[in-house]
Amino acid sequence: MKEIILIAIAAVFVENFVLSKFLGICPFLGVSKKTSTAVGMGGAIIFVITISSVVTWSINEYLLKPYDLTYLQTIVFILVIAALVQLVETVMKKFMPPLYRALGIYLPLITTNCAVLGSALLIVEREYTFLNAVVFGVSSAVGFTLALVLFSGVRERIETNDIPTAFKGLPITLIAAALVSVAFFGFQGLFGI
Amino acid sequence: MAKSSKGSLSILTNGIMKENPVLKLVLGTCPSLAITTMAKNGIGMGIAATFVLLGSNIVISLIRKMVPDKVRIPVFITVIAGFTTIVDMLLHAFLPDIYKELGIYIPLIVVNCIIFARAEMFASKNSVGASILDALGMGAGFTIALLIMGSIREILGSGTWMGIPVTKNLFDPAIIMILPPGGFLAFGFVVAAIQKFSVLNVKNKEIASECGMNCPGCAAAGNGGDE
Repeated sequence: MKEIILIAIAAVFVENFVLSKFLGICPFLGVSKKTSTAVGMGGAIIFVITISSVVTWSINEYLLKPYDLTYLQTIVFILVIAALVQLVETVMKKFMPPLYRALGIYLPLITTNCAVLGSALLIVEREYTFLNAVVFGVSSAVGFTLALVLFSGVRERIETNDIPTAFKGLPITLIAAALVSVAFFGFQGLFGI
Repeated sequence: MAKSSKGSLSILTNGIMKENPVLKLVLGTCPSLAITTMAKNGIGMGIAATFVLLGSNIVISLIRKMVPDKVRIPVFITVIAGFTTIVDMLLHAFLPDIYKELGIYIPLIVVNCIIFARAEMFASKNSVGASILDALGMGAGFTIALLIMGSIREILGSGTWMGIPVTKNLFDPAIIMILPPGGFLAFGFVVAAIQKFSVLNVKNKEIASECGMNCPGCAAAGNGGDE
């Protein structure tokens, strides 16, 4: 139990996907302009990473490992994730139209989000058990969402500020991200992780 | 093809200057921030990505007329993933140090927007020769951007460059530059400098929004074929 809690807290705060591992920077910079879109994207990410953790873990454990095919990991994982996103989209459209309308436009963007493949690869690299893998997947996605939502709040503030011309747009966003990242860096050393 | 030499030169330099994937188009930001703690890693990552880009551009350009439009996305992804696996294995076998440093960011080359964007926007529409030049130009642009980022962060953060101490008596290195926040900071200042020196470029102001469009744009392209 203790191990699970540690994995969860570490994944959300200490090794936050965006702010300390730099996974999923594109959506982080792209859809963090408004808090509402950030929440939508975050929801979609949590959904997909959770499912992909389960599926990629199972495939790795029961298909790739027994047949000694682990060198195919990259190819198999990315195809599985692409197919999965498509499947999730179709299923949602059919059975959960309200959720689909809320997350719909963000789903296709997730295939090329390195956070999804990254979490699948990290799970394999760290040889997590099934339960740990799922916990890690969910909490790293929650950490991603947390960073995204927090940062969108910061960006909404920046919008109205007077910024030197050279720094307008992307540079000031990156520097703000650096400050948020410093804040998250404070979690390093928490619980001796 | 009288103007081909001029044309190919512009294809080659396009990726380095005008459309530098990292600094101008803001593609492939994940590895640019994650592994640039040392100049050496920047070069390693740049060359690995260039190799994948070159391989996938050549193959995709060769098969561009055979692949039906509807299934082109999965085909492209498979080709890119194949080359990424090759790079992964080569680095593991011959450059274990770099392999260890770059870690999961090597398999993550698969989802590097630059490679997919070039496959979709260039290689699937142009001849093999032009695709090779495009891959080399884009790869060089990516490597140079990583090298700049890596050099800044290594010099300021650890006081060395390529492992050689350079700031011994000048100042104490600021460790934050090699920590995650330093990545954002260095990238922010580099892009700001580029904006400063190309003020005349009207498109500059749109860079931020362009990123928002571009990264999801390339992702959206990733699913466009299935609609």
